[in-house]
Amino acid sequence: MNNQGRPTRSASASPTRRGSFTGNRALDMEEALIFETGRLDASGVDIEEPAPFASRLGGYARTGEIGLPGLSEPEAVRHYVRLSRNNYSIDAGLYPLGSCTMKHNPRLNEKMARLPGFCDIHPLQPVSTAQGALELIDALARALLTTTGMSAASMSPKAGAHGELCGMMAIKAAIAARGEETTRRVVLVPDSAHGTNPASAALIGFSVRAVPAGADGVVSAETVRAVLGPDVAAIMLTNPNTCGLFERDIVAIADALHEAGAYFYCDGANFNAIVGKTRPGELGVDVMHINLHKTFSTPHGGGGPGAGPVVFSERLAPFAPVPHVVRNGEMFELAEHGADGLAFGRMSAFHGQMGMFVRALAFILSHGADGLKQASEDAVLAANYVRVSLKDLMSAPFGERACMHEALFDDRWLRDAGLTTLDFAKAMIDEGYHPMTVYFPLVVHGAMLIEPTESESKTSLDLFIMTLRDLAMSALAGERERFVDAPREAPRRRLDETRAARQPVLRWTKPAPA
Amino acid sequence: MRYLPLDATDRALMLARVGVADIDALFADIPADKRVFQPLAMPAGMSEIEVERALTRMATRNRTAGSAPFFLGAGAYRHHIPASVDHLIQRSEFLTSYTPYQPEIAQGTLQVLFEFQTQVAALTGMEVANASMYDGSTACAEAMLMAHRVTRRNKAVLSGGLHPQYADVAATLARMAGDAAVRMPLDVRASEDIAAQIDDATSCVIVQTPDFFGNLRDLKPIAAAAHAHGALLVAVFTEAVSLGAVRSPGEMGADIVVGEGQSLGNALNFGGPYLGLFATRLKYVRQMPGRLAGETIDADGRRSFVLTLSTREQHIRREKATSNICTNSGLCALAFSIHLTLLGEAGLRRLARLNHGHAVDLAERLGAIKGVSVLNEAFFNEFTIRTPREAKGLIEDLAWRGVIGGLPASRLAPGAGLDDLIVVAATELDSAADRAAYAAALAQCL
Amino acid sequence: MPEIRFTKDHEYVRVDGDVGTVGISDHAQQQLGDLVFVELPAVGAKLDKGAGAAVVESVKAASDVFAPVSGVVVAVNGEVDAEPGLINQDALGRGWIFKIKLADRKQLDALMGQSDYEAFLKTLA
Repeated sequence: MNNQGRPTRSASASPTRRGSFTGNRALDMEEALIFETGRLDASGVDIEEPAPFASRLGGYARTGEIGLPGLSEPEAVRHYVRLSRNNYSIDAGLYPLGSCTMKHNPRLNEKMARLPGFCDIHPLQPVSTAQGALELIDALARALLTTTGMSAASMSPKAGAHGELCGMMAIKAAIAARGEETTRRVVLVPDSAHGTNPASAALIGFSVRAVPAGADGVVSAETVRAVLGPDVAAIMLTNPNTCGLFERDIVAIADALHEAGAYFYCDGANFNAIVGKTRPGELGVDVMHINLHKTFSTPHGGGGPGAGPVVFSERLAPFAPVPHVVRNGEMFELAEHGADGLAFGRMSAFHGQMGMFVRALAFILSHGADGLKQASEDAVLAANYVRVSLKDLMSAPFGERACMHEALFDDRWLRDAGLTTLDFAKAMIDEGYHPMTVYFPLVVHGAMLIEPTESESKTSLDLFIMTLRDLAMSALAGERERFVDAPREAPRRRLDETRAARQPVLRWTKPAPA
Repeated sequence: MRYLPLDATDRALMLARVGVADIDALFADIPADKRVFQPLAMPAGMSEIEVERALTRMATRNRTAGSAPFFLGAGAYRHHIPASVDHLIQRSEFLTSYTPYQPEIAQGTLQVLFEFQTQVAALTGMEVANASMYDGSTACAEAMLMAHRVTRRNKAVLSGGLHPQYADVAATLARMAGDAAVRMPLDVRASEDIAAQIDDATSCVIVQTPDFFGNLRDLKPIAAAAHAHGALLVAVFTEAVSLGAVRSPGEMGADIVVGEGQSLGNALNFGGPYLGLFATRLKYVRQMPGRLAGETIDADGRRSFVLTLSTREQHIRREKATSNICTNSGLCALAFSIHLTLLGEAGLRRLARLNHGHAVDLAERLGAIKGVSVLNEAFFNEFTIRTPREAKGLIEDLAWRGVIGGLPASRLAPGAGLDDLIVVAATELDSAADRAAYAAALAQCL
Repeated sequence: MPEIRFTKDHEYVRVDGDVGTVGISDHAQQQLGDLVFVELPAVGAKLDKGAGAAVVESVKAASDVFAPVSGVVVAVNGEVDAEPGLINQDALGRGWIFKIKLADRKQLDALMGQSDYEAFLKTLA
C-alpha cells in the first residue's frame, strides 16, 4: 500500500488577512452554497403546466420535500461563474502534472462535438440513421490502430482504469479458453505502477506480484524472468514508465512473457511520449489502453469524463468485448452481441464515449502524421529542457539520464533545508503555477514528476524554469517562510484534511432550528 | 502547426541546452529496429476548415433526434437543456481543469461536487452520494461489488426488470471476479417473485424502477425480504427526471441507489459521456467507491472543500482498493448540477409532471390503435407496447416514415421472446402533433 | 514493566503473561501522519505471525499492521476505533490496537528489543 504519509493540516493558523465586509478581495470572491442562497420554489427554467390528466403513477407518487433549491438564471450564472474563478486550469497556465498530460484542449474539438449530428443522436436509434456516428468511431479506431500498430480496438471503455479492466478481462478470457484460469492467477506489476494497475488486476481475482526496477529506473528482462512462472497470466507495464523512462528491455520482456505462455498488458497513459516514434504492437504488447483525455487532448473537465479505448494484438483480438463497429464498404453495422461466443462480455451500456471520440478524432485529423510525431518530439524535448535546467539544484533519482516526456525529481535536495515536497509544491501555487505531480511514483521518496507537454511555448517554459529555480534557491537558502505557510495568495490556504477525514461532512444538511 | 508553439529556433536552442545533436538522441532507448522513421499511415495535418469539412460530412450522415418525432428512451432520454448550462460548462476553469488534488486552487470544482453530492442524496432519498461514476451501468456493477464487501457474500440477484445491458455489465464483472450473478428472466409485466430468490448466501438484490419496460415497482417488500436474509437492496434508475414525480428508492428501503444522470444537463451524445449516480447510507460510506468531496476549514478558519476518505481509493490502497476507478464524470456532473439548480425542486416537479402527462397521452393514443396494447399498469415516462407485427421491422418502417418510435426490445435481448415489444418514451420535448404523428404512422404501418 | 519488542515493520508487542498488546511504534505514527481510521481485527481471529491483522489509515496513506507473533485475538481497542488520533498521541500506551494470546513465546526472540529497534531506526534515516 501507499504509506508515504505527510502532514494534512497546518501546524498553526496564521493571523487572518485584513478582512473586507463581504469577505471578498476585489475579483477574488466568496460564494455560498446553493442550499444557502436558493429556494425550493425558485426556478430559472419556465416549464408549462400540463393540462389536467389522469395520473398513471399508481401509488408511487412522490410526496414530501426533496430538498433541492432553485435559482433564477442570473443568480445561477453568477454562482457558477464565481465558483469557476477559484479553479486553476490549462487555459490559465502551465499544468506540469506528470502522468496526466495536461496539453491544450483545442476549441475546434468542442465545436465539432456540439454538431447536432453528433450530440443529438441516441445510441439505440436504428443503425441506418446513425451511419455517420459509426463511421466516426471506426475512423478513430483505425487511427488508434495505426499509431499503435495493433490489430483490433475496443472503443467502449469509459476511462483509463476502465480500459485496464477491459484489457485484463480479455487476458483472463484468453487464459480460460486455454483451460488455464485456475493455474495462471498471478499478474506481475512494477512498484512504480499507477494504483489502477494492481487494483484492476485484483478486481478480477488476480494476485499481484511485484517486479522491482533496477537502480537505473527500468525493469530488466532478467528480473522479469526471475519472477516468471507457469502461474503468471500477464505483466502490466507502463511504457514509458511512471518515472518518465522508456523501458529499454521491453522487447525481451515481451518475449519472455510470451515464451512463458503469458500476456503483456501495456498501460498507455504515457503514450504521448512515443506517438509516431515507435509502435507498441511492434514491441510485443498484447493489449494497451489509451487515455483519450491525456494523449488525445479531450478536456479533463475537473476530473472527467475520460475515455479509455483498448487496442489488441491479433492473439487477444477474438476476446475483445462487445460492442464493436463492423464496416461493410461504406456502410456500418454495430455488433452488440458476441457472435462466436469468444467476446468476454460487456464493459458498459451503449457504445462508448462518443463525445470524446469526436474531440479525439478532430485532434488527430488536425495534427496528422506529421503533427502527431512533432507533438511527441516537442513533449520529450520540453521535459528534457526542464530537466537539464533544474538538475544542478534539484536531485534526480536517475542522475544524468535523459527522460522522455516527464522529468522526475525526489526530495533529497530539500532535506537539509528541512522542507518537504509538499512545502515546495504549495509555494508554487503562490507563484501562479499548479504544482507538479507529487508523491507519485511511490518508488522514489517525495517524488516530483514534471510533464510540461508540447503545448508550452519556450517563453512559458523559461518562466516556469526560472520560477522553480528561484523557489529552489530560496529553499536551499533556508527561507522557510516562503514554503511552510504556502499557499498564502490562493483563494484558500492549506486545508485541514485530517478534520475532513475524521469528521466527514459529505453533504449539506439543513441546520437544526435555533 | 497551430497547436504547437515551439518553432525551429526554439527547438534548436532547447536541443543545445539539453546537449544533444538532434531530437532522435532523446529517443535512443527505443530499440533501433523498432523506431519508426516513415510517417504514420494517415494524412498530413489538416486546417480547421478541412477538419470541419471532414467531420461535418460524417455528422450529416446521422439523423438527429430533433429532426423528427422522437420517442426513444431505453436508458438515455432526450430532454431540454437550458441554454446557460452549456455556456457555463465551457468556461475554461471548469472545462480545462484537472481533478481537484490541490484544493487551494480548486475550490470551484470541489464546491460544485459538494453541492452535486447533496443534490443526488436528496433526489435518491439517501444519506450520502459520491462525486459520480462513469455511467449508470458501471455504477450498478460497482454497487454489486460494494454489496459483496459489506455482506461478505458474493451472490447477486438481478431483477428481470433491469436494463439488459446493465445486467450484461454486472454479469461480466461477476463472472470475471469469480462471483455469482443470478439473472432473472426478463420481466415485462413486473410480475417476478424476486423475494423468493433471496437466501442467506445473497449479498444483494438489484432492482430497477422505473424498470426497463417502464413499470414502477414497489421496493418496500423487496427491501424487507432482502434485509430478513442480511442482504442489501440495490435500487437502479435510468431516468433521473422520474425522481421528481416518483417515490425515492431511499424512502422505499434501498441500501444503495445507483442510476444514470444523463437526463439532466447532458445531451444524448450517442451513448457517452454519461453520468453515474451512486448513493448509500452513511454507515456504508467506507465501502463506497468513487471520489468524495467533504467540508472542512482552511488555516484561516474559512469553510472549504476537499477530496476526502481517499484511503478507499486505488492511488492509496492499490490492490486493496474499493474499486479501480480514478476518473469520474466531472463535467457531466457539473452540467447535471447546474441544470438541477436552474430547475429547483418546483421546476423539477413540474418537468416530471409534464413528462408523465405526455407519456399518458401517448399511451392513450397508441393503445387506441387496433392490435396495439400498452402493457404497463403504472409508469412514469416510458411504457411498453405489444404490436401485431414484428417490432424491429416496424421500427424501421416508422423510421422510414420519419418517426423514431422507440426501442424494439429484442435488440437488447434477442431470442427472449420479446420480438413484438417496443419500449416507448415520451418527454417534455415531444408535442401533441408529434404524438399524433406517431399514432398515425403506426396505424399506417399495421 | 512488561517487556516490549519491535518488528522491522514497526509493530510492537508488549507481553504480560501470555497476552501481548500490539500497536504501531511512535516512528510509524509519525510517518503516517494524522490517523483517521483503524480497521480492527475480529476478536477470536487466529493469526499467524506476519499475517495482516489490522489496517491504519491516515489521510494520505494506509498501512497494514502485521501480527508480530502467532496467536488468537482476545481484545481490540474500541478507543482507537472511535478516536484514531489516540495512536498519534500515545502509540505505545492508549493507542494500542489489539491484544493477542501468544501461541509460541519463542517467536519473541526473533524480534528487536527497545535499544535494537532504536538502532534499527537510525539505519533507516
